[in-house]
Amino acid sequence: MGNFPLAPPQASEFAHQLDPLIYALTAVCVFFGGLTFLLVVYFALRFKRGTKANRANPHNEHLPLEISWSIFPLILALIFFWFGAKQFIYAKTPPKDAMEIYVVGKQWMWHIQHAESGVRENNALHVPLGRPVKLTMISQDVLHAFYIPEFRLQYHVVPGRYTQAWFTATKTGTFHLFCAMYCGTQHSEMGGYVYVMKPEDYAQWIKNGGQDPQPQTLVERGGSMYTKLVCDNCHTDKDTMRAPSLYSLYGKTRRFTDGGTAVADDSYVRESIIDPYKHIVAGYENTMPIYESGTKPGQISEEDILALVAYIKTLGTTGTPAGIAAGAPQRGVAPNSKVPGSRIVTAVGALGYEKDNPEANRLRNGRPAVGALGSGN
Amino acid sequence: MSTITATGAPAAPPEEKNYLNVSTTFKSWIFTHDHKRIGVMYLVAIAIFFAVGSVMAGLIRAELTSPTGNFLESETYNKVFTAHGIIMIFFVLLAAVPGILGNFVLPLMIGARDVAFPRLNLLSFYFFIGGGTMAIIAVLAGGVDTGWTFYVPYASLYSNSQVGLAVTGAFLAGFSSIFTAVNFIVTVHKMRAPGMTWFRLPLFVWAAYATSLIVVLGTPVVAITLLMMLAERTLHIGFFSPELGGDPVLFQHLFWFYSHPAVYIMILPSFGVQSELLAAFSRKRIFGYHFVAFSSLAIAVLGFLVWGHHMFVSSQSMYQGVVFSLITFLIAVPTAVKIFNWTATIYKGTVRLQAPMIYAISFMGLFIIGGLTGLYLSTMSTDIHLTNTYFVVAHFHYVMVGGALTGVLGGLHYWWPKMFGRMYPDRLAQITAIIIFLGFNVTFFPQFIVGWLGMPRRYHYYYLEPEFQAYNIMSTMGASILGIGLLITIGYLIWSLKWGLKATANPWGAHGLEWTIPSPPGPHNFPTTPIVTDDVYDYEALDAAGLSGGVVTAAQGVH
Repeated sequence: MGNFPLAPPQASEFAHQLDPLIYALTAVCVFFGGLTFLLVVYFALRFKRGTKANRANPHNEHLPLEISWSIFPLILALIFFWFGAKQFIYAKTPPKDAMEIYVVGKQWMWHIQHAESGVRENNALHVPLGRPVKLTMISQDVLHAFYIPEFRLQYHVVPGRYTQAWFTATKTGTFHLFCAMYCGTQHSEMGGYVYVMKPEDYAQWIKNGGQDPQPQTLVERGGSMYTKLVCDNCHTDKDTMRAPSLYSLYGKTRRFTDGGTAVADDSYVRESIIDPYKHIVAGYENTMPIYESGTKPGQISEEDILALVAYIKTLGTTGTPAGIAAGAPQRGVAPNSKVPGSRIVTAVGALGYEKDNPEANRLRNGRPAVGALGSGN
Repeated sequence: MSTITATGAPAAPPEEKNYLNVSTTFKSWIFTHDHKRIGVMYLVAIAIFFAVGSVMAGLIRAELTSPTGNFLESETYNKVFTAHGIIMIFFVLLAAVPGILGNFVLPLMIGARDVAFPRLNLLSFYFFIGGGTMAIIAVLAGGVDTGWTFYVPYASLYSNSQVGLAVTGAFLAGFSSIFTAVNFIVTVHKMRAPGMTWFRLPLFVWAAYATSLIVVLGTPVVAITLLMMLAERTLHIGFFSPELGGDPVLFQHLFWFYSHPAVYIMILPSFGVQSELLAAFSRKRIFGYHFVAFSSLAIAVLGFLVWGHHMFVSSQSMYQGVVFSLITFLIAVPTAVKIFNWTATIYKGTVRLQAPMIYAISFMGLFIIGGLTGLYLSTMSTDIHLTNTYFVVAHFHYVMVGGALTGVLGGLHYWWPKMFGRMYPDRLAQITAIIIFLGFNVTFFPQFIVGWLGMPRRYHYYYLEPEFQAYNIMSTMGASILGIGLLITIGYLIWSLKWGLKATANPWGAHGLEWTIPSPPGPHNFPTTPIVTDDVYDYEALDAAGLSGGVVTAAQGVH
């Protein structure tokens, strides 16, 4: 049943309140709806022309019956009305101590600002576990709707007026963030993920200024990139079947398949990243993905290449892979593992990088992420 | 008040000519004042619009089999679902039952020679055609990408598409339905045959009457709202856009003030058809005739007081929402009453499982699901999660297609012999009705689940949530089955026009004035003004008089 999930995960207090009501309503509907339709079919077959059935004294009117089948649904309806309204009022009344986050919707992106720290993020929302969060929302252009299905939270984001919503997350992990109100061409791409973190991880994340890592040396930053782009998948501390080790590479002479040689200096390392097939180290094949230089999604900025070169220089001397900043969310990973295998989006190459770029959807101009789906192969 | 005077014209001399062959020139059709011919013209026009809307639906379903789309750009996709919505709602559903069936059978049912204002009726048809043509032009001239709801400020200030043309088209269609509604109201009041008292009216007439009241009261509001939106778009008069000092939520109030009742405009006439079918094919009076009749009126009245349930999370006042939710639950009661009365009608009947009856049973199944899932959306808290998702899409397709369109198909199969004097192959029609029922469920039931999982509607791509793919593929497979079913239906109906067995005056042995005249009827309907002496759906009397039995046997050769 992996491809056919039957219910969305529950990740907020409200989800735990709401779902019993939905299931109760479903039980009532299935029972009475099913019963009625079965009766229709049963009567149609039982009283089919030619069957022997007692057709004596058919009723055309029956007041007590009419009254009872009016009153009974009415009572059931009022019960559901009552609980629905009560829960709605609860969902619309944020507690006083709620942490404040501000949301601006615009075609086709969510801008989010954490009030206490001033940390901002786009198309992503990081929140601590177990703490009520109040969202104050406004749109800069057309109507949008802020929708987190796992929280059972949705409210319209309207131009010209503030709207509010609140939630308390009850489960760490990555959840969907959608725009649910049609807002134009890239409506379906106006979204991202909600990251629920342990309070201490959230505090650390805020301390790091949100998306931006702590001040790092060039080498540290290069280390993060090296892990994030999963260079270490193939280029380990020893030569492997797939790729030569980069340990103690710097300054050595490399021999290539075409017989040529070169000294591994800064330029050589850079060239090997952005144009790996120009010189292939003897004994290997052209299996490495090309990382283009640039600022578009799927590309690596020159700044990052500098950091990578600096880091690779240190490998085998002082360098051990630097860890990613503590508490940083795992990016580029599909929010749950129930996705069909071939569609799992893994944090490889282009995509892992793209996830850091809030402009990615726009820049991609509606086309699917290159490498995002390809990486499933 | 059922005396009529001049309208029941003196009997035309008995003649072989019927309304179809009385004159066959093109001109005699396009300038006709005959309600039957206008009904047939509506049938042709709506069939064409339905075909266009279905192609759009097919494109949507084909596109959604992959999380990254298959062959459309997002902009095109948005235009396709907008065209699907506008065409299907304004040019198929709103007009189908009144335009085709209402025009054709309503005057026949009450023993009238025509509707009260035949020229207005023709004008109504041409407004409809004009509106539909503008909508098609809007699609051909680049399309509209606002969604059929035309929500502001997107539709007024942001969309770079043919909003003006499409809105004008919808506006004209609105006038068309007002003309038809006025016509029906006056016809029902003034043109009933002697003896056709209010409580001898077939329930189809009651339903058409209730619908007409809604149309007359509600349509002007949406017409004005759409004009205001156009004024904002073209002249920058700020009604709705905050940039110009307006209020976008006001538009939603005005829009749904009409558009929720519009749901009843689409479904109530099919309720009427449903009552006719169940009585005729169970050979029994409708159980609780008065309750069914008055529930139509109750729905018509309450239907005007529930529009805010489209707006629970729109930033309308929470307490306002509570009131709208309460009234919405109240409207569930007359709807449930109808369902229960229909069920009780079959009990102890003599059921004939011919094609129209299969459609009636199918209607019950689909409408029960459509109606009950409405409860999830009227319960305020569950609506938070489900609104704007595929759950809503599934819900209204169960009501609009499973309910309204199944009613149209059932009614069309029921009155087809009367309209064209030919029988379609009934066995094939029965099987096709079941194919359509199954195909429909496979298409739309998965959408309930995928909506509950959180897939927003009007999404072109869902690569951020690829776990929705399996359900979408299932839905597309169902749509193919549904499409095949509809194609077979169109095929055998057209086939029957030339090769179908000739229909007798009353092939189903049904009760009602329309079955007392030849199929197809003569140009003036009734040779002499009929005088109604028996109760509505009085099948006991019909059977006792031996009137039905023989006729039914004649129709059996059709199987």
